[in-house]
Amino acid sequence: LLQIRMRTLDWNRTVYIGHKEPPPGAEAYIPQRFPDNRIVSSKYTFWNFVPKNLFEQFRRIANFYFLIIFLVQLIIDTPTSPITSGLPLFFVITVTAIKQGYEDWLRHKADNSINQCPVHIIQHGKVVRKQSRKLRVGDVVRVKEDETFPCDLILLSSSRDDGTCFVTTASLDGESSHKTYYAVQDTKAFNTEEEVDTLHATIECEQPQPDLYKFVGRINIYLDRDEPIARPLGSENLLLRGATLKNTECIYAVAIYTGMETKMALNYQSKSQKRSAVEKSMNAYLIVYLCILISKALINTVLKYVWQADPNRDEPWYNEKTETERQRHILIRAFTDFLAFMVLFNYIIPVSMYVTVEMQKFLGSYFITWDDEMFDEELGEGALVNTSDLNEELGQVEYVFTDKTGTLTENNMEFIECCVDGHVYVPHAICNGQIMPGAASMDMIDSSPGPGGRELFFRALCLCHTVQVKEEETVDGIKRGIHQGKATSVYISSSPDEVALVEGMKRLGFTYLRLKDSHMEIQNRDDEIERFELLEVLNFDSVRRRMSVIVKSSTGEYYLFCKGADSAVFPRVISGKVEQVRARVEHNAVEGLRTLCVAYKKLSPAEYEEVCHQLSSAKLALQDREKKLAEAYDSIERDFILLGATAVEDRLQDKAADTIESLHKAGMKVWVLTGDKMETAAATCYASKLFRRNTQILELTTKRTEEQNLHDVLFDLSRTVLRQHGSMTRETLSGLSNEYHDYGLIIDGATLSAVLKPSQEGSGGNYKEIFLEICRNCSAVLCCRMAPLQKAQIVKLIKASKEHPITLAIGDGANDVSMILEAHVGIGIMGKEGRQAARNSDYAIPKFKHLKKMLLVHGHYYYIRISELVQYFFYKNVCFIFPQFLYQFFCGFSQQPLYDTAYLTLYNISFTSLPILLYSLMEQHINMDILKRDPSLYRDIAKNSLLRWPIFIYWTFLGVFDAVVFFFGAFFLFDNTTFTSNGQMFGNWTFGTLVFTVLVFTVTLKLALDTHYWTWINHFVIWGSLLFYIIFSLLWGGIIWPFLNYQRMYYVFMQMLSSGPAWLSIILLVVVSLLPDVVKKVLCRALWPTTTERIQVSPPWPLPQAFSWA
Amino acid sequence: MMASSYNAKEEDGHHSGSVGPGGAGAVKSRKPDNTAFKQQRLPAWQPILTAGTVLPAFFVIGLIFIPIGIGLFVTSNNIKEFEIDYTGMDPDSPCNMCINSTTPCRCSIPFTLEQPFENNVFMYYGLSNFYQNHRRYVKSRDDSQLNGDKSSLLYPSKECEPYRTRNGLPVAPCGAIANSLFNDTLELIYYYPNKSSMSIPLVKTGIAWWTDTHVKFRNPGGNNNLTAAFKGTTKPENWQNPVYELDPTNPENNGFVNEDFIVWMRTAALPTFRKLYRIIQKKKDNLTPTLPPGNYTLEITYNYPVISFDGHKRMILSTISWMGGKNPFLGIAYITVGSVCFFLGVVLLIIHHKFGNRNNNADIPN
Repeated sequence: LLQIRMRTLDWNRTVYIGHKEPPPGAEAYIPQRFPDNRIVSSKYTFWNFVPKNLFEQFRRIANFYFLIIFLVQLIIDTPTSPITSGLPLFFVITVTAIKQGYEDWLRHKADNSINQCPVHIIQHGKVVRKQSRKLRVGDVVRVKEDETFPCDLILLSSSRDDGTCFVTTASLDGESSHKTYYAVQDTKAFNTEEEVDTLHATIECEQPQPDLYKFVGRINIYLDRDEPIARPLGSENLLLRGATLKNTECIYAVAIYTGMETKMALNYQSKSQKRSAVEKSMNAYLIVYLCILISKALINTVLKYVWQADPNRDEPWYNEKTETERQRHILIRAFTDFLAFMVLFNYIIPVSMYVTVEMQKFLGSYFITWDDEMFDEELGEGALVNTSDLNEELGQVEYVFTDKTGTLTENNMEFIECCVDGHVYVPHAICNGQIMPGAASMDMIDSSPGPGGRELFFRALCLCHTVQVKEEETVDGIKRGIHQGKATSVYISSSPDEVALVEGMKRLGFTYLRLKDSHMEIQNRDDEIERFELLEVLNFDSVRRRMSVIVKSSTGEYYLFCKGADSAVFPRVISGKVEQVRARVEHNAVEGLRTLCVAYKKLSPAEYEEVCHQLSSAKLALQDREKKLAEAYDSIERDFILLGATAVEDRLQDKAADTIESLHKAGMKVWVLTGDKMETAAATCYASKLFRRNTQILELTTKRTEEQNLHDVLFDLSRTVLRQHGSMTRETLSGLSNEYHDYGLIIDGATLSAVLKPSQEGSGGNYKEIFLEICRNCSAVLCCRMAPLQKAQIVKLIKASKEHPITLAIGDGANDVSMILEAHVGIGIMGKEGRQAARNSDYAIPKFKHLKKMLLVHGHYYYIRISELVQYFFYKNVCFIFPQFLYQFFCGFSQQPLYDTAYLTLYNISFTSLPILLYSLMEQHINMDILKRDPSLYRDIAKNSLLRWPIFIYWTFLGVFDAVVFFFGAFFLFDNTTFTSNGQMFGNWTFGTLVFTVLVFTVTLKLALDTHYWTWINHFVIWGSLLFYIIFSLLWGGIIWPFLNYQRMYYVFMQMLSSGPAWLSIILLVVVSLLPDVVKKVLCRALWPTTTERIQVSPPWPLPQAFSWA
Repeated sequence: MMASSYNAKEEDGHHSGSVGPGGAGAVKSRKPDNTAFKQQRLPAWQPILTAGTVLPAFFVIGLIFIPIGIGLFVTSNNIKEFEIDYTGMDPDSPCNMCINSTTPCRCSIPFTLEQPFENNVFMYYGLSNFYQNHRRYVKSRDDSQLNGDKSSLLYPSKECEPYRTRNGLPVAPCGAIANSLFNDTLELIYYYPNKSSMSIPLVKTGIAWWTDTHVKFRNPGGNNNLTAAFKGTTKPENWQNPVYELDPTNPENNGFVNEDFIVWMRTAALPTFRKLYRIIQKKKDNLTPTLPPGNYTLEITYNYPVISFDGHKRMILSTISWMGGKNPFLGIAYITVGSVCFFLGVVLLIIHHKFGNRNNNADIPN
């Protein structure tokens, strides 16, 4: 026995309520130590901020690299002063540190206010005020209405008689609806301070875990000296920190998880960071440039020593080394030379690129939140950006995985009809609850309704649900006003279907009034109130796909009512008019209605006892409770008598079809992943134009695999698809999809898991491949009957397929979270099923239709912008550094920098930084209306097309070409000749300044040539930064700077400007550098125009704002 | 660097993302401002580089560049330049004897000018294979010492090593550049047709930048009594005279502000370079050319050793136009680029005519 205790202690915690020892002899009192209730969300303290923050920052490879360069500059004698790399690095580090410090300060403030807020604890029968952070596990806490729970609590008793309380978890998961929590039956009587103080109980529960909706525990209550009464505790007893008490005067609860062990704190672990494809390309380019850098340094080092082999070159009489330099070992000298070259060329990988990219992403994401068109009046919210790292990924999406309910559809349920024993009842909307059996029921199939069955059906629907009645008019959540006099009560439920059903029943004459003292009250058609005692609720879950209640009628009969998906109910039915109902259900499903089947069985008291026993033993289990419960449910929910079916309509969201069509045209493959049944889902797919009339549907469902084996089906399908594919010419492939025959695939969850299951013979991998092959050739895929985890599996499968496509998952419910987290881009819809999806997503939008603008406009822009940003940054640094490399050949490989220190430092920071940043925020190569109107433009940027290697190489070569033009242009112009009209000569700094001036003008004008959208800001920044360069140079050379130990730039710039040939050379060299790019652009546009370019040339519709300024 | 994956804002009930924009959206029912900037609908000029729009630019560039180029080329050709290599590598050269001489050695090289040199004529010396742009060399100077700073005079910068101190005394001016000051003396003698000769007057001032002589380079304690000002310092090792005796003829041209010195201190960009040595001013009467055609002799006091590093020494005489010295490259480059632009313009015109229509009636899908 002791062994068992010890073992369970490892994963359990025992909480002694009110720190009272259990009665002697019951069990050993083992006080456990738990952390206090202090919440520490801050990362740093005042003392460790500097070291810890620096450590964190230098863990980033880029920062570390720049730190190394800086240190090398400090230690060895390098061509450029440490300032040139130290200053930018210092700037970046400081700005980041300030930002992080500020954020942390805010966190400290928030922490403090939370940790110090008062809580009320019961001690010795009295209420004591304490600071929240002093709360300990085992304390009994009193919480009043509208107060927030200070830690995770187990509800003991509430001021409501039935031991329930209402809670809103708005700040945890955003769901503002009220949820009901329950006190254990045996403690709910302790509802004054004195009484609570007398409670003797211990709680055994699992160690804290982050899942908000899972909790397993057991409470042992020592009422008298006998054996304790053990009761199960589940998540319905657990009040989470951060949630708020509503509609309940006050509660008593005991703290079980405190401080950093609360579920809320555990949930703050950061999500794994997603990285965009652009970032990956950028890193690949960085590696290329690092290789270029190293090879440049190596080449120069080797050449230096080859060149220096002649001692008269190494050390001519006019330029001797110091004694210490001479004595240094050759290897050390070579190594320091190598490092010095590295330092000289290190600007090719600029610090500022990281800063600019971060700024671009951060600032750019504001455009999404500002977007007026993505603002939803009804919700009062616009789009949300949770991660700005993925902006450009929105322009790269190839696969869209969408949820159906609440995403494609409104999730705004309306009860359409019900079918009882083959009779179809349609609640008349105008009737408002008045019964009109004659008018409201359409006799479709059978003419002899069994009144008992019908009445039972209505009652079943009135009883089998978890709807709450809220007797207030203002509720933040879902509003369902009851008309006609009783407008004060509103139905609330986490499932809109249930609300629709209960309301529908109301319109058919059966009004669910309330749950009172575990009795459900129904007002029947004769305005009589019927009371049923609610005994058990077998909650809905997405695996079972049904729920049941066990009630005891006033006449003492036990009923089990069950409602659920047809596939979950029909196999368990033993009698009833199955065929008629099934036909009706299928008919409805084809119409796109959501159907549920209702069944019941009568239980004898003995059976009920048995059921009770099964349930309670399962609920009390500490280990595998889920599994045991599922088994218990499975054995209870069988041998039903079918009552009928309901149909609820979930209308398509506004413009859902248009959006899907656009996504298709944009070359994306849209997959619908839903838990719904095939027919309903397929109907929705047709309605939303995912499948068109000419789409050939391929089915990969259990129905088919029952007839044939999976292997054959798969091969069949792949043959069909591939034959078609083979006969297709390239032209039709690149053209729009509606011309040729396209395929839609329907697969269900069971078959999917069979496909994915690695089989014993080792052909499982094959199945996967074949399946992917089929999918690749289908324009639309519908996956129905999906469990949440399967959704993520599918996304993962596609992500891992050999083309590594970019995936996007969009959904609104908790069941979509796994796929949202799995996909490259996760988008949450701020829907009715709570905020879970939005909270875990990278972007959240109010409606599905906003996806169109998000991808086609914002995604497209962000991608264009950032790809230009990345390419341009590398280009401008090649232009910048390559002349320095060339100069080494003319200065004896002595690491002499071509440019002055100020120019080296400021080139990336100020002379050329703002234009590209502004470009990357403002550029619109095509008007956004056209982008929206013509989704096929999205194909032009698919597959990371602007960051492919050929384009990168083009940019690099352009950079090298420009650098060669700058350097050799200046070289030949400067070579051995006089530049001034007074015969005076220029020195090396004028040479460098000339090259630098040409450089700054060329790279800025190159950007100007690439800019298609010149707002006043662009004008201001582009011309402004050139002007700034000139003013800075004039100033920099205009003064003998007292704090500098060299005055090499004194009057260099002005002397250069006073020379005519210098002006002429600058103009000439700028023109020559820009010429090839312009010619290439013009020729490509004229000869091989892309769709984008064609659209640009001829805007088919008048664009007022485009011309008003021109 | 800006991204942080953790955010505390959610703690107090706001549900905002980890970046700022979330904060704005979290405030319920606040509609975003409908400004043109926020909606990315600022009025904008949307130029597009097409054959049609670029065409005129190309023709214009061509039309402007070609005349400029011709002008430059003609100007450059009108500039007269004469160059003599007096290194003395050739055994027949009169200066050959000076190559290995350790004592001051004089040699003279006769030459003939075929054409008259009008206006001011500039006399340069040129060195080749001399790496004035070597990093160790370029930084081997102390600008504050040269600017007349007293403390730097006595405690020169470390950059000057190993030319910083000599015999325990600070070197003024310190550093490798100063130490290797060019010290050949060049003189021109003109032989009248009647065989009488005349030494051509060479002006020593105006050869350095005005800002250098007046601002950047200054003697410690002004120009008076330089001997006292430089007390406690020693001359660079290779110099014959201390810095305050560089120009015995003109007391104003001594110390750090000596123009020959300043010219030398402006390090050249490339290993082959020329530096302005003297100016031959045009005659007052303006009737006779500054240097009439005829026979001349270049008298050289040969001090500066260049043989050890395979260097060459040259003397260059050149006239100057508004565009500086003789430089055909600029003119040729302008003509070439202009022609290329013109040619491209023609090519684009053809392309525009052939393909332009196709673009305008582009079959835009949908």
